[in-house]
Amino acid sequence: MLTSFLCTHTQTCTSLKSILFGRIHLIQKFPCSKGHGLFSTSIRPNVTLMHKGPCSTVEKGARAVPLAGHVGFDSMPDQLVNKSVNHGFCFNILCVGETGLGKSTLMDTLFNTKFEGEPTQHNQPGVQLKSNTYELQESNVRLKLTVVNTVGFGDQINKEDSYKSIVEFIDTQFEAYLQEELKIKRTLHSYHDTRIHACLYFIAPTGHSLKSLDLVTMKKLDSKVNIIPIIAKSDAISKSELTKFKIKITSELVSNGVQIYQFPTDDETVAEINATMNGHLPFAVVGSTEEVKIGNKMVKARQYPWGTVQVENENHCDFVKLREMLIRVNMEDLREQTHTRHYELYRRCKLEEMGFKDTDPDCKPFSLQETYEAKRNEFMGELQKKEEEMRQMFVQRVKEKEAELKEAEKELHEKFDRLKKLHQDEKKKLEDKKKSLDDELNGFKQKKTAAELLQSQAQQAGGSTTLKRDKERKK
Amino acid sequence: MSSFKTSVMFFRCVNMSAPQHPHLPGKAATPGAGDFSYVGIDAILEQMRRKAMKQGFELNIMVVGQSGLGKSTLMNTLFKSKVSRKSLVSTPEERIPQTIEIKSISHDIEEKGVRMKLTVIDTPGFGDQINNENCWQPIMKFINDQYEQYLQEEINIDRKKRIPDSRVHCCIYFIPPTGHCLRPLDVEFMRRLSKVVNIVPVIAKADTLTLEERDSFKQTIREELRANGIDVYPQKEFDEDADDRMINEKIREMIPFAVVGSDQEYQVNGKRLLGRKTKWGTIEVENIAHCEFAYLRDLLIRTHMQNIKDITSSIHYEVYRVRRLNETNGQPNGQFSVLLFFPLTHLHCPVKQQCGVEQL
Repeated sequence: MLTSFLCTHTQTCTSLKSILFGRIHLIQKFPCSKGHGLFSTSIRPNVTLMHKGPCSTVEKGARAVPLAGHVGFDSMPDQLVNKSVNHGFCFNILCVGETGLGKSTLMDTLFNTKFEGEPTQHNQPGVQLKSNTYELQESNVRLKLTVVNTVGFGDQINKEDSYKSIVEFIDTQFEAYLQEELKIKRTLHSYHDTRIHACLYFIAPTGHSLKSLDLVTMKKLDSKVNIIPIIAKSDAISKSELTKFKIKITSELVSNGVQIYQFPTDDETVAEINATMNGHLPFAVVGSTEEVKIGNKMVKARQYPWGTVQVENENHCDFVKLREMLIRVNMEDLREQTHTRHYELYRRCKLEEMGFKDTDPDCKPFSLQETYEAKRNEFMGELQKKEEEMRQMFVQRVKEKEAELKEAEKELHEKFDRLKKLHQDEKKKLEDKKKSLDDELNGFKQKKTAAELLQSQAQQAGGSTTLKRDKERKK
Repeated sequence: MSSFKTSVMFFRCVNMSAPQHPHLPGKAATPGAGDFSYVGIDAILEQMRRKAMKQGFELNIMVVGQSGLGKSTLMNTLFKSKVSRKSLVSTPEERIPQTIEIKSISHDIEEKGVRMKLTVIDTPGFGDQINNENCWQPIMKFINDQYEQYLQEEINIDRKKRIPDSRVHCCIYFIPPTGHCLRPLDVEFMRRLSKVVNIVPVIAKADTLTLEERDSFKQTIREELRANGIDVYPQKEFDEDADDRMINEKIREMIPFAVVGSDQEYQVNGKRLLGRKTKWGTIEVENIAHCEFAYLRDLLIRTHMQNIKDITSSIHYEVYRVRRLNETNGQPNGQFSVLLFFPLTHLHCPVKQQCGVEQL
């Protein structure tokens, strides 16, 4: 049946087209070489040919084709590398550890340069992160190295929130990248990636076990960044104590479920060395930028009265291993893990938090766009509703105030009326009094005139009477 | 099979000192011996190379041209294997389709440890009808669909580690060797498509032109392209620096390449070479005195492949993405982010306070 179907390929072409999903008209069939006689066609957009054949390395999808000569695309890795060289690389390391554990010195030793800075004081109120970017160049490779230091870690009396600023910092870098990635007009090509690729966690060389601050911090960081724990200032620990210390640390990490970065063992070229190194974690390092003459060479070392600790001597410390793993073998893998695992996790959480989903339970996956549209409409609707609400409230308040004012006005009027009335009453009273006073005055005047008249009359009569009286007397 | 050394002409010579291999302890390298100043940063090149080899590469080439111009043969010649549709169709009859079809075939090829997934997209039926109006539309739709697919995957919340790249990196346009000038169909097609994809025009079946005819034809074509504002690969505006420009200028003076394809070998001067045998001589495909196939191959595969892919992903795809996201946004200004509503969560509080209603 299959063969007959395929032989009529030319005729069925048009009808198949109508069945196919509109995007790509994809009809692939091929005679299997070496005479298997098996035809297989799968009609699905975008490849996926199931081909069982004698050809080597068949990827799921395409068929393997032997080349009859030198084509030349083996220069592809070179082209890719050239492009990267022209573009430059960037690498960001975060150093977490208590003050005084030799973080800056170790960075100096690792990269063979004197980075900035004086040692920090112990009296910082909180944990801050200071980041510095340097441009290094070695042969033709330009590296933009960013070293982030935790300042004041472990110095406070209450260390509960120490890890928070670190987590925040890491999240901010992810956020910046996410924002850039989601921009409409974006320039990912020339974007300076500030995401932390590796976190070196400095463990104090107590010789016993991890501090609880260490455990808590590492637990919070392990899902956000590649953690490489190292034992700092390890020249303070003797060899035997060191092995016990390392075992204790690893077991504590395992029992607390802290996921530290494992060097990848899937690529054969480096699988072996990576696997060995995984067993040496955490690395016990010593950093030094001073050089001491040993034999006839100048080596980086720390000189004590009882001997000299050579930094690059494998018997003395694991510095070489750290440099090997961090820079020379796994730098690219660290960057890739950061991008594909930690950043993706952050992105997924962030987007889900904002309410996006990938698939609708019914049918096809939502696109971010549709969700965005829906959200936008929702947002606009809410905005309008709030506007309405505000407007209503405003109107109501105005009404209230108006009523209040009217009340006050009325009151004032009343008061005015009352006062007026009072005033009038007073006035009336006063007038009454005045009137009575006037009356009195008038009465008095009348009496006075009457009295005067009487007096004048009486005087006249009195004159006569006095005369009469005088006469009588004279008599 | 004569193996061609990498043509140095187009290759930007970066003085790359071979990266020193990482000092693997336990391999008898004395630790720290003379290695003071060597940090090992350049070992990242080796790491990148390893990663690239492990991942493999992808390349999607589209061939467009009228039927009979030797598209499939050229593909086979380029990749020295039967990669084209023709080779897979066993039916002897050749049918010119009624409408343009788009057929895409993928192959896995490997050379010296480098694996590549090559997809050849064929467009039978282009320019073959009597009325060829809008024959570029299915092609443009296909290209945009690939961009769309990539965009959808990129926008997903749960997305794959490596988004499968099916975007068309390069479109080889076959110009029939008339010797006069570009036809209106050619101009129309190239004008529209040069905006969305890298176009590499080639003069097909160039063995019908003498050298003088070839040169004058090329000159005419170049002028016409310039006059119509068609920017073919390598585009002038994407030259990164002076070196680039120098190399690309040389290429620009040679396009369109006059090519001859063949997948049959003949004996010439004691060597077996790919060629076309005629009564008056044998045309050696890989001889630059005969045709410019070698230049095309070097450009496409040996020197500029990464650059072609980069331009597709960082320029053409971005242009599509901006346009697409702006359409659904309705925003005229492309500066807005896709997610405008971070403040959605902060919406509840500050509005009331800012209203100043309290102050009444």
